[in-house]
Amino acid sequence: MDMTVESDDSVVACWSCHGPVAGAALFCHTCGAVQPPGTRDHFARLGISRSFEIDAGDLDKRYFAFQRNLHPDRFARRSAKERAIAESQSASLNQAYETLKDPLSRAAYLLELVGRPSAAVNAATVEDEELLTEALENREALMEAETTDAVDEFGSRAAAAAVRCLADLSSAFARADFPEADRLTTQLRYWRKLGEEVRIKRRLLETPQS
Amino acid sequence: MNLLQIHEPGATPDPHAEEQELAIGIDLGTTNTVAAIAGAAGPEVLRAGDGEALLPSVVHYRADGAVEVGDAAVAGLAEDPGAVIASVKRLMGRGAEDVRRLAGHLLFELLPGAGMVRLKIRERAPSPVEISAEILRAAKARAEQALGRAVGRAVVTVPAYFDDAARSATKDAARLAGIEVLRLVNEPTAAALAYGLDKQAEGIFAVYDLGGGTFDISLLRLEKGVFQVLATGGDTALGGDDFDHAIAERFLAERGGAISPSEPKQALLLARRVKEELSRAETGRWRLALGGRVSEHELDRATLEGLIAAPIERSLAITRGVLADADLAPADVDGVVLVGGSTRVPLVRRRVAELFGRPALADIDPDAVVALGAALQARALTRGSDTLLLDVIPLSLGLETMGGIVEKIIDRNTPIPVAKAQVFTTYQDGQGGMLLHVVQGERETVDQCRSLARFELKGIPPMTAGAARTKVTFAVDADGLLTVEAEEETTRVRAGVEVRPSYGLSDEEMARMLRDSLENAEADMQRRLLIEAQVDADRVLQALAAALAADGALATEEDRAAIAAAAEKLRAARSREDRDLINGMIEGLEKAALPFAQRRIDRAIGQALAGRSLDEVEASVASGAAPVPAADHL
Repeated sequence: MDMTVESDDSVVACWSCHGPVAGAALFCHTCGAVQPPGTRDHFARLGISRSFEIDAGDLDKRYFAFQRNLHPDRFARRSAKERAIAESQSASLNQAYETLKDPLSRAAYLLELVGRPSAAVNAATVEDEELLTEALENREALMEAETTDAVDEFGSRAAAAAVRCLADLSSAFARADFPEADRLTTQLRYWRKLGEEVRIKRRLLETPQS
Repeated sequence: MNLLQIHEPGATPDPHAEEQELAIGIDLGTTNTVAAIAGAAGPEVLRAGDGEALLPSVVHYRADGAVEVGDAAVAGLAEDPGAVIASVKRLMGRGAEDVRRLAGHLLFELLPGAGMVRLKIRERAPSPVEISAEILRAAKARAEQALGRAVGRAVVTVPAYFDDAARSATKDAARLAGIEVLRLVNEPTAAALAYGLDKQAEGIFAVYDLGGGTFDISLLRLEKGVFQVLATGGDTALGGDDFDHAIAERFLAERGGAISPSEPKQALLLARRVKEELSRAETGRWRLALGGRVSEHELDRATLEGLIAAPIERSLAITRGVLADADLAPADVDGVVLVGGSTRVPLVRRRVAELFGRPALADIDPDAVVALGAALQARALTRGSDTLLLDVIPLSLGLETMGGIVEKIIDRNTPIPVAKAQVFTTYQDGQGGMLLHVVQGERETVDQCRSLARFELKGIPPMTAGAARTKVTFAVDADGLLTVEAEEETTRVRAGVEVRPSYGLSDEEMARMLRDSLENAEADMQRRLLIEAQVDADRVLQALAAALAADGALATEEDRAAIAAAAEKLRAARSREDRDLINGMIEGLEKAALPFAQRRIDRAIGQALAGRSLDEVEASVASGAAPVPAADHL
């Protein structure tokens, strides 16, 4: 898998001084004006290598550092145009951060980057029959669960399965086995969903019947 | 370098503008409004002549046409209850429909009709926005008196859980009051800012904010000057008012007999006092004098706690949900901050402490902490600062799709600003338009979400069903305000709205109200547009100066002469304070500089480019130092 940070050595005109500026530049080296965000991928935007394994602390640190430079609050005293550009820079950073922070959306995004957009956003299109059967069984059993203990049992099963899934995903990405990564991403999405349903069910059980 | 005379780095182009226009923080509360300012010595509350910090958010429309705000309005309650409005914040951004649902809880008479809510007060029909503008005007006047200077700009706080409609209504109210809103900041975030900066707090913090009419709970991570909101939740119809209602209802029931329409307001005033006194004492006796009849009532704290337990438990259930959203357990929280006057109630403190397993902090006055935080942010925005607020959107935003199902485009707790797009298609052959219905909320069906706006994308040429590709983009700015745009991708047909809820003010209404308002709001707006043009003129002059300093060798004699002449004209226009002239001269200067810019581009193409790029920021990230925007080095 490609581990290098994408570089952009194209030359564009700075919107403010109209002189040349590097396509990837955040600020014009001549006049200092903030530049539009462009179309970098999320990894390149935050300056980290394209990989499933990322260091969460490092991701936060980079995100904060970029936001410190680009958040619209930093441009409150500048012209309307600069404020608008800062806003789109900041929004791009937020989107990159949100996508990469969560392993599930990170996996889906990596698959998209290698041209395998994971289609299985909802269970209706799942092709993995084993998973589908399991999903149906689990959902039925959860609906029938009547005690918080029984519900919690599902919760811990879903959590444990998600952890296993993450470990498998990591090695699938390391081997560049994208079909397998795709299958595991769908699985992970399912376990997350079950965890969410457990939460809802638990709240229902906890609400006193009046 | 003498070719273009520019201002010194950091110097204000027009020193008078900044001096005249102090920036303050305003907490526009359901019960009280507080203004504060942050100076070099830290933030402080702005007080009235008598030393009072809290301005009751109460407005009296007097028979003689005068409008009173604050204590004077509260005093008018006894003899003129029908014309005194309290807790108007509960109506902000609400449509007549939702308000009717709340009607049992409100003591206002509403004018019939769809669209925006209007209250019936004598011959007047003020909207919640106009009533809030009166309160803000009074807060501004108080601040100006305390400071002895004009105040033109403010950071105004809103409940974190306010939806888009309530946020724009608040911004409109400020504009009507002649206040330029630097930023809308969420109340719990402002409180966290005050705590974080004052107490140097670090770690995960929960801000539990129970005001008069709204409840917010936010979880934030505080780290080296970054205030990152992890998740937020709340209820815009839950607060100390509910406690007052419970007490008033009990007293009125004990009293029996018929109740005239104006009496509940006075019973509520007494109820508030009972609540406050029972926060200190264990028991008490009160007299309720209404319509010439006096009744006596006794209440002890334990009974009171029975009356108010339900709303408090509701706030705790919301808190647990927000913890789950952030994937955190109560024990992960390093500190709990109490905000809002209603957190003085002992049962609230006890239950919050039990939930988190630690006593909550209230060492900054819960009534003032939000305004203090807003003042700090106002200073940060006008004078610069190292702190960074990263807030989130409280409620999901989506579009109605077939069958009344909501397709979510932006999920709740997404950091703002944010822009997200999704592609939709037509479902009928030859469908020439698409009706887009923008909603906000967590439920799956449209009727259970809040409707924000409807608009139509017209002029899609005939295509078979499913062939059109309409890209709908939702953009939420740093104030939490939404703009929606739709574009049919094959034909480039576009439509867009700045979401102005149907029950908010239309642009024409706003313009009329600005014209009518006694303040010089219209003149203020013109002045702001002028300042905006001047800032842009400075930007262009500075950019050209920098370009000439860097690449001056590429400028021919003709270039220099043309640029100098155009720059001279722009400077002249700038000092004449004519906005259109300035904008025209900006264009003129940019045009005069075009050949020079072209030579710079030509030379650069093919050459390796330095640019202040990712690499440099990365280097500074690695070294731990926060890079500073190059713009500030000019």
